Amino acid sequence: MSPDLLKFIFGRLGFDSLPLHEPILVGTFAMVALGGVTLLAGLTYFRLWGYLWREWFTTVDHKRIGIMYMILGIVMLLRGFADALMMRAQQAMAFNGSEGFLPAHHYDQVFTAHGVIMIFFVAMPLVTGLMNYVVPLQIGARDVSFPFLNNFSFWMTVGGAVLVMASLFIGEFARTGWLAYPPLSNIGYSPDVGVDYYIWALQVAGVGTTLSGINLICTIVKLRCPGMTMMKMPVFTWTSLCTNILIVASFPVLTVVLALLSLDRYVGTNFFTNDFGGSPMMYVNLIWIWGHPEVYILVLPAFGIFSEVTSTFSGKRLFGYTSMVYATVVITILSYLVWLHHFFTMGSGASVNSFFGITTMIISIPTGAKMFNWLFTMYRGRIRYELPMLWTIAFMLTFVIGGMTGVLLAVPPADFVLHNSLFLIAHFHNVIIGGVVFGAFAGINYWFPKAFGFKLDPFWGKCSFWFWVTGFYMAFMPLYVLGLMGVTRRLRVFDDASLQVWFVIAAIGAGLVFLGILSMLMQFAVSFLKREQLKDVTGDPWDARTLEWATSSPPPDYNFAFTPVVHDNDAWWDMKKRGYQRPLMGFKSIHMPSSTGTGIILAGFATAMGFGLIWYMWWLAALSFIALLAVGIGHTFNYHRDFDIPADDVIRTEDARTKLLAGAK
Amino acid sequence: MSRLKILALLPLAAALSGCNYIVLAPAGDIAAQQRDLVIISTVLMLLIVVPVMALTVLFAWRYRQSNTSARYEPDWDHSTKLELVIWSAPLLIIVCLGALTWMGTHLLDPYRTLGRIHADRAIDQSKAPLEVDVVALDWKWLFIYPDYGIATVNDLAAPVDRPINFRITASSVMNSFYIPALAGQIYAMPGMETKLHAVVNHAGTYKGFSANYSGAGFSGMHFNFQGLDDKGFDAWVAQAKSAGGSLGRTEYLQLEKPSENEPVRRWGSVDSDLYRLILNMCVETGKMCQSEMMAIDAKGGNGHEGLNNTLPLSYDKYARRGTVLGPEPVFVAGTCTPDAPQGRTTSAIKAPLDTAPLVGAGLKRPTLAPLKSSSFFLGQRSKSDS
Repeated sequence: MSPDLLKFIFGRLGFDSLPLHEPILVGTFAMVALGGVTLLAGLTYFRLWGYLWREWFTTVDHKRIGIMYMILGIVMLLRGFADALMMRAQQAMAFNGSEGFLPAHHYDQVFTAHGVIMIFFVAMPLVTGLMNYVVPLQIGARDVSFPFLNNFSFWMTVGGAVLVMASLFIGEFARTGWLAYPPLSNIGYSPDVGVDYYIWALQVAGVGTTLSGINLICTIVKLRCPGMTMMKMPVFTWTSLCTNILIVASFPVLTVVLALLSLDRYVGTNFFTNDFGGSPMMYVNLIWIWGHPEVYILVLPAFGIFSEVTSTFSGKRLFGYTSMVYATVVITILSYLVWLHHFFTMGSGASVNSFFGITTMIISIPTGAKMFNWLFTMYRGRIRYELPMLWTIAFMLTFVIGGMTGVLLAVPPADFVLHNSLFLIAHFHNVIIGGVVFGAFAGINYWFPKAFGFKLDPFWGKCSFWFWVTGFYMAFMPLYVLGLMGVTRRLRVFDDASLQVWFVIAAIGAGLVFLGILSMLMQFAVSFLKREQLKDVTGDPWDARTLEWATSSPPPDYNFAFTPVVHDNDAWWDMKKRGYQRPLMGFKSIHMPSSTGTGIILAGFATAMGFGLIWYMWWLAALSFIALLAVGIGHTFNYHRDFDIPADDVIRTEDARTKLLAGAK
Repeated sequence: MSRLKILALLPLAAALSGCNYIVLAPAGDIAAQQRDLVIISTVLMLLIVVPVMALTVLFAWRYRQSNTSARYEPDWDHSTKLELVIWSAPLLIIVCLGALTWMGTHLLDPYRTLGRIHADRAIDQSKAPLEVDVVALDWKWLFIYPDYGIATVNDLAAPVDRPINFRITASSVMNSFYIPALAGQIYAMPGMETKLHAVVNHAGTYKGFSANYSGAGFSGMHFNFQGLDDKGFDAWVAQAKSAGGSLGRTEYLQLEKPSENEPVRRWGSVDSDLYRLILNMCVETGKMCQSEMMAIDAKGGNGHEGLNNTLPLSYDKYARRGTVLGPEPVFVAGTCTPDAPQGRTTSAIKAPLDTAPLVGAGLKRPTLAPLKSSSFFLGQRSKSDS
């Protein structure tokens, strides 16, 4: 074939794009390929493809989509954590003239990928998954407002994740740090495909995130059951509402700033270049106008989870519900007024810096109020130390440290000496792991019995808990210390041998966290095997307080046979107290949305388009784009969008539950 | 018991003795004041953090399920007094911290000239501050001493107790200029100048580096900063002088090409205009300086015709140029004579008598000759008919 034709078909993709010279990647690829082939063969052998396609991939059921988000988050956690282990190992080794085991070309991709994956493809799916699963149940709804959109959003997120994973074996990922500041990320300094992978992965996933934000806002605003006024919503629903408002208001900024960067990279505009009046500082501002709300997008739902868990396991109403709600709203608003604290050192005037420093500190007031609210929820309670509560206590003790160092970094002159240092790294891992990750784990342990009808195994859960908590402290407290020694982030090799001991401790800590992750996987496996022993038929294993516990575990497709009526913000607790009787007759047919494969097909084309744009395969990008439009328009002619679950089916489902409940007593 | 306590303290002692907490024990007055702020802020916050942590542990223990003697009030969920306390206690701390922040940020603004040498020493007005121009290159630091006419790579020195005025820029990507012992960091950005005022109080050799990731050679982008007594500094300058060589535009263009782990280099003389050219991104011959461009734009700009004032890019320190769908890479040509395109300062550029923006009628329009893809996006005419 002529070189021109090859170039037309494959763009800049060639054999030299495959990282055959990197033994680590070849080994990883061999393992992933082997595992993948085994998985695919297994699915084929057990004839699971049809089941997966019908029941999972095409489902519009918010519960299944929520579970798939969680699976995505956990799978990507393994990838992101593998990157973390490599970084820790490299930094623990590269002393006394040793170059470690990672060349700059590889190491720089590793820390970039770690950040991108952990934020976009671990924390976001975990948080979105929990919101997706729990919010409709908590507000007594049958599904989200736009069930098809929900499926589409999920697959777009997967599409982004697929692009990031593809970069591991086809080409390379960005070597710019997770926010890809220009001019470094511009075409002159990053001419390869890495930054393009970054851009298109985030653009594809970003569409999903924005749409799922719109979806959940509509759901919470429009689909609450009768009696649930705004001030009777569970706190998790409140934090979800605020988070999704943040998503809808901030993700478009990310989309636009990445679009501008891609224009710079593809057609030679000069938004963020050095020459022709471009301003990289504009990019830094814009990306943080998205980036700072993003951290609250992650942590607010975690706050909601802790509120539910504390109240449930203390056997008490949440202390200060109203102030909790106002604190959440205040944080939502203030999170837009602090972005500049990420770059005090860019040369803004003292008044600008003080303004953003002080607004940042002000956020700690509502956050502190929340902390006290949890504290006084525990006060005069009867605290049961189940796994979710253990994670909550660990959160409370850990998060205040992270909050304190965060406020410290908000003092501009203090930031001048600590910015970009390992102190900063320790700080944000302290709040993201201590807040978001612990919150996600509390949520997983708390709602798992709701989703699957059996509790998670406490022994392996506690192993995971202790490994994670001790591992976290061992991994990140040394980084605080190193930060005070003036050690900066993203270094690959070190001169000063006296620092090595700290990096070794941190690496051991990362190893403990690894054991924590393994224990968690073990916990899932063991719980599945012991599911009969851990079974819960009541639907309310924790003696909980909110509506999701009023239905069976796992809930039927339609969630509630009759839409509940709410009189109190601890709706289910109130119902239990007032001797609520489950209705046993009078069931009617229930109107539900139909499954559709359009979401996964659209996301597939979007991903292919991204891949085409990354590799300059214009034909692929153009064809995928046309197909995307065609399928999207075609879907508007799909009139099989809903169906009715016949009353007989509802009666059968509800009768089965009646029998189970009778058996449990 | 006491032996156990000592054992428990051992790691702490080891941690504190063996290492160099440079951020907490700096050698310059600015960094020392920043350190003080770090400590005061931390103490202020501990006032509330410690009680919260203690209460968490206390409540978690006392109200455990098995302790049936503790009070249990399942419906108690509100107390106005308590709510007032939990909102006002953090508020009070933040009010104090906010005041501290406002003052500290203004007093320690890196752009502000120094008010003192040390906590107990005022500025000596007879001594002029030391001027140092800093350029972050890929991946090394260039220091130009305009008053002494010398330049170094990866080697910085200053006399003890003499204020230093840094002017900082970069050649290609963003870096951050940071000497923990001396003062907080500030970004070094291409085409822009940041400033830092600092002073070193104790003689010694300290580490300086880039604190903002800038690409493959980032890890090796560090240098030694020496605080010297006056005699030592004179000797240091003399050493650079005796190194000979001259750093001009040609040498700079060679120097700015990417290289890693550069050793120390010195030049006995340096083009006095070099820093200005670097800052304005016009070291390459024939390129318009940003200062000129801004001066022209401030007067209304060159209008549509100004778009054509470009030449194909012939020099770039990276091999790769241009974008896949965009035009051929160009640069804005200087408007002065080809022999001496720079040389004149911006103030010397005369404004046109009529300062109305040059738009609309009267200007030659671009021809409708077939556009090359390269000129499509900038709307410029192809070079052949210009």
